[in-house]
Amino acid sequence: MIPLKRALSSPVGRKFVMSLSGIALVLFVIVHLLGNLTLFFPGEDGENFNDYAAFFADLGPVLYIIELGLLVVIVVHMAWGISTWLKNRNARPENYGTGQQSKGGPSNLSLLSKNMIFTGGTLGIFLIVHLWHFRVRKEMGSVKEEYGTYETAGGREVADLYAMVEGSFSSPGWVIFYVASMFFLGFHLRHGFWSALQSLGAMKPEWSKGIYAIGLVVAVILAVGFMGIPIWMFIEAN
Amino acid sequence: MAKETITVHLKVWRQNGPNDQGRFETYKAEDVNVHMSFLEMLDVVNEDLVRAGDDPIAFDSDCREGICGTCGFVINGQAHGPEPSTTVCQLHMRSFKDGETITIEPWRARPFPVIKDLVVDRDAFDRIISAGGYVSVGTGPHQDANAAKVGKPLADRAFDAAACIGCGACVAACPNAAASLFTGAKITHLSLLPQGKPERSRRTRRMVHQMEKEGFGNCSNIGECEAVCPKDISIDNIAKMKREYLRAIFTDS
Repeated sequence: MIPLKRALSSPVGRKFVMSLSGIALVLFVIVHLLGNLTLFFPGEDGENFNDYAAFFADLGPVLYIIELGLLVVIVVHMAWGISTWLKNRNARPENYGTGQQSKGGPSNLSLLSKNMIFTGGTLGIFLIVHLWHFRVRKEMGSVKEEYGTYETAGGREVADLYAMVEGSFSSPGWVIFYVASMFFLGFHLRHGFWSALQSLGAMKPEWSKGIYAIGLVVAVILAVGFMGIPIWMFIEAN
Repeated sequence: MAKETITVHLKVWRQNGPNDQGRFETYKAEDVNVHMSFLEMLDVVNEDLVRAGDDPIAFDSDCREGICGTCGFVINGQAHGPEPSTTVCQLHMRSFKDGETITIEPWRARPFPVIKDLVVDRDAFDRIISAGGYVSVGTGPHQDANAAKVGKPLADRAFDAAACIGCGACVAACPNAAASLFTGAKITHLSLLPQGKPERSRRTRRMVHQMEKEGFGNCSNIGECEAVCPKDISIDNIAKMKREYLRAIFTDS
């Protein structure tokens, strides 16, 4: 038996933490994209998107619990990731003079697999901006002032979130920021999806190539899906 | 027909001891027979250095048949050089071009301090083995060889893992300087066989924790270790180590 606290900081256990939190975040991102697809079919005055958003807002305290849980998962993923990265750096104080050259074959050594901390860190910065932009401002009430209100099916007056998204994505700056950030989501998942399963030991040699390929499909679908929204809305607005 | 002799320029890491700064020095190896092994080429360079009264380049080697795991260094950023599934003693000069500059460095990892030049101290691996990479047996009469029956597919898998010669190339090639392929191979090898089962959890726990204590990095599933491994040890052994560790969290045997 291994005490859980000991296990979670061990070289194997810490990757269990990274994997499970990573898989949870991928599942969240899939749901997030599915919900956001309403932006492609907003209906009249963005009612599809606003009703979808209102569904969550109507959850009341339950929504805050979900959001808090999500935040914990993100913080855990980042904390374990940064601590692991620092340990790894410490394990090789001096790098090779010629740099490392991959021998190819079964290796997945690439700029992407080597720089998960960089793509992940970029996503962390994106997340802060994104949460402020689309979540915190709504909580502070400034969205209502700027973009007006929307009446839900239940007759409640809420901030017109569709108008806010539409307004943001009519400006090229925000479109570029979101599209660029989603490249990093794709880069991170390209190695991360397969890596999460391998770290859990949920891998057989016969599956390895297939799951690595599925990782590429997942990375491309999620990245392109999210990129499509700002691009589509920018085209619609202009 | 290709040329029988070539000239190569060597950029070799020279370091007098663990606390020396270390630096690259250049040497020219002329008229190198392309059928020489890389180590034979260094032997010739060293003869010239000794004759000139200089300090020869220190490197490890023993069997020179690719099976003992003693030799190994990084050539042009690749552990054991450019050829797959080989140790540096089985690498031949025909793998290099005439006039090529070849950079030679020791394995670089904090747990593998440089003793001199290309020789590193791999005691960290021995300590991982000492922590649990064995089967405790009571002494007594010798058992019949086939008394403990092991199915062929299982025996093959255990043997594939047991092929690890502990050379350390996996650590050298890992961007994180992780020792997961080595430790994973040892854990897999013993956990698959009936003789290794009784100490399965204890072994995994102790070896993984020792690996951490030695200061090796953490595996991020890049797989360069498998690409440089002279014995083609698969990273499936790392996945197996993860499963064994998960099991060890909950069980004592």
